Amino acid sequence: MTGPTQEADIVLRLDGITKRFGMLTANGDVSLDLKQGEILALLGENGAGKTTLMNILFGHYVADEGKVLVNQSGTGLSELEPGSPHAALESGIGMVHQHFTLAENLSALDNIILGTEKLISLTSARAPARKKLAELITRSGLDVPLDARISQLSVGEKQRVEILKALYRDARVLVLDEPTAVLTPQESDTLFATLKKLSADGLAIIFISHKLAEVMASSHRVAVLRGGRKVADLPTAECDLRKLAELMVGHEIVETVRDAGSPGAPLLALQNISVGDGRDALHQVDLVLHSGEILGIAGVSGNGQTTLARVISGLEPPASGTISMEGDDRTDANARAVIDNGLARIPEDRHRDGIVGPMSVSENLAIESIRKPENQRFGLLRFSAMREKARNLIKAYDIRCQGEDSPARLLSGGNIQKIVLARTLDPEPKVVLAAQPSRGLDVGATSDVHKRLLVARARGAGVILISEDLDELMRLSDRIAVIHRGHLSSAEETETLDRGTLGLRMAGQGGEQAA
Amino acid sequence: MIRFEPRGPVSVSRMLAVSLAAAFAALVLAAIPMAFAGLSAFNAYSLMAKGAFGSLFAFTEMLTRATPLILTGLAAAVAFRAKLWNIGAEGQLYAGALAAVAVGTGAISAPAYLLIPMVALAGALAGGLVMLGPTLLKTRLGVDEVVTTLLLNFIILLFVQMMLEGPMQDPMGMGWPQSEPILDEAALPKLLDRMRIHWGLVVALAAALGVYFLLKRTVWGFEIRAVGENAAAARHAGIPVTATFVRVGLLSGALAGLAGVGEVAGLKGYLTADLSPGFGYSGIVVAMLAGLSPIGVVFAALFIASIFVGADSMSRATGVSNYLADLIVAMALLCVLVSGLFLRFKVRFIGAPSTREIAK
Repeated sequence: MTGPTQEADIVLRLDGITKRFGMLTANGDVSLDLKQGEILALLGENGAGKTTLMNILFGHYVADEGKVLVNQSGTGLSELEPGSPHAALESGIGMVHQHFTLAENLSALDNIILGTEKLISLTSARAPARKKLAELITRSGLDVPLDARISQLSVGEKQRVEILKALYRDARVLVLDEPTAVLTPQESDTLFATLKKLSADGLAIIFISHKLAEVMASSHRVAVLRGGRKVADLPTAECDLRKLAELMVGHEIVETVRDAGSPGAPLLALQNISVGDGRDALHQVDLVLHSGEILGIAGVSGNGQTTLARVISGLEPPASGTISMEGDDRTDANARAVIDNGLARIPEDRHRDGIVGPMSVSENLAIESIRKPENQRFGLLRFSAMREKARNLIKAYDIRCQGEDSPARLLSGGNIQKIVLARTLDPEPKVVLAAQPSRGLDVGATSDVHKRLLVARARGAGVILISEDLDELMRLSDRIAVIHRGHLSSAEETETLDRGTLGLRMAGQGGEQAA
Repeated sequence: MIRFEPRGPVSVSRMLAVSLAAAFAALVLAAIPMAFAGLSAFNAYSLMAKGAFGSLFAFTEMLTRATPLILTGLAAAVAFRAKLWNIGAEGQLYAGALAAVAVGTGAISAPAYLLIPMVALAGALAGGLVMLGPTLLKTRLGVDEVVTTLLLNFIILLFVQMMLEGPMQDPMGMGWPQSEPILDEAALPKLLDRMRIHWGLVVALAAALGVYFLLKRTVWGFEIRAVGENAAAARHAGIPVTATFVRVGLLSGALAGLAGVGEVAGLKGYLTADLSPGFGYSGIVVAMLAGLSPIGVVFAALFIASIFVGADSMSRATGVSNYLADLIVAMALLCVLVSGLFLRFKVRFIGAPSTREIAK
């Protein structure tokens, strides 16, 4: 890709990296150059091998083949010791993981200097560190309250601490793994503004993403991974959204579109629901869901969505308030009763709550109705009926597996979600609660989930769609409410909202909130 | 460098092969300390085999020893399947034995066809009730059942000793801490004349089949498996997790209680505080060796019983301590646990780059 004349600019080179996990090739012969002052977007679907590649770069994994070369302070490219994060840090590679690696009970300052101090020293490194950091902060605009404890900081601030941590160690290459996954749209804008500034100062940046818009807006160059292989490496200026999407997915994309709906009578109503305290509490939540509509619930992760889903699912009784379905009080319904009332639940963590991994596909398809006459007689299981039903569902929902007897854990995430969809949607429920239904799924599986939800809506079911993906919400929902710190705003017609307004509300500004 | 790579699904034949290999490895490893004790392994093992299988008497002795092990093994296996860590089979066994003695020594007089089921029922109930406490503490308050069941063992054993030196002491027992003898109508009949083997074995085998059927074929078994493999998903799917734990706890305790009934009403005829040489704890080993399979429990119990009985006989012949049996059993458990690694992972030795796979 690069001519010998530009060799000097290259700060990092991945050369023919191959990594296998058992049968799976996570990275196949991936080569990549990174120049000084460049922002490279590493684009790919979930499971395309982006994170694996960066983990090899940072020494968490050892590549089966290939090597990582770093330009050590202008002395030319030399091989980085594989499998050693320490060596990676030493040679100026900083990494900001998707899940932050900060000690919650220490101050931001202590977190930043952690691990850089000598083991035995009479003087604290705090004073000189503070000076160096003050300089870094003014230069980069990464404003962080250095003396605040990490647990008091917002997600965006924590991320800035992580970046400062890398810069403090004189990183010349900064890797960010899905940096915007936990940010509101406004916070993301700030982050990218900062990154541009840093790159102008000479820092080389790699950020991992599967969001096309931010890749288009904020990178100089895009490398696209698909199925573990690099399928494209080109300047961002030569791309457009469509081209990138097709490179990422490998085929043309048909987007799911919602037709005009015809909402009917109220189905499910939550009144004044409060439960729990702390991060995941709910405060006086009101919600009405009509038949034939999709009600979107937007919010940054960790603002009470999980509790809301658990309460509606019958897994956690509300401390106060009432839940009613079609006018009947269902506040005290447990999971079994909720299912029997015709409310289907798609859990946000499908591996933990959705399937019993070692049990077979057919058992997982029957688990919610195991006590129904179709699955048992006098307490004895009706295996042939269960398996026949499973074969039908496998066909109808296109579940890719080695037959109905194979353990569910062997299936891919998308197919596990199809098991959940088949099990919950096949009985034609009146209400569907879909919590983060497309999280971690590839484009094909996502569009399948969307199609199923729209089909449920078309037949008159009410759907609650909890998601962190604004695009998904705006495409599918008839109305959208925003959840922030356990307060749910009233739902408004999607057509009257835009990303900016929603983003502000997700950050807790603007828009009315229940008192 | 050694690297472990996860394997796909495991076939039954591979599982069987690995279990047998583990048992064999245990025997080989145990030969090392035997050599230090001045025994040739071949000699020792042939003596042990003779002691466990050499005659009809030896064989029935081995089966008699296996009887409580099958039941305590099932108690552990069924509980562990639901991830209910019942370490208290020893205490539940004694509770069962105590209840059997309470009912079967004259408190009730009835013909044998009524009294034997009543004794068995009392023992099973007592074992189940003992396990109910830790189970409810776990489901209601989240108390770790490993701790409660383990400590209950000591409480129950001390309680039994108190009863045997107090209210339940045999007045004709010359002051020995033992109970009155079980009535003839309450005693489990012998299977063979002049042998100690009794109907408890049949009960144990039936229990193994019953547990197998329960786990494999019934809604309750389905729910037990689901709760054990993923309690969060089971709860989400509307399975009554608490009720399932209670059922499993009662069943597990009852099976261990039945083991106590067999020892008292089938073998000894009266209760002493040294009724069990740790059958409850050995049951855990049996269950682990069996991979928590109810049918496997039968074979694992036979293996452990033949080691114990064989080692006793070898010890008599050679003067080497029969603690050797404990050593072999412990080795076997370690080998099985290690072998689990080989079931789940492929082990690859990685040497020079030349041995690396070349990419296509």
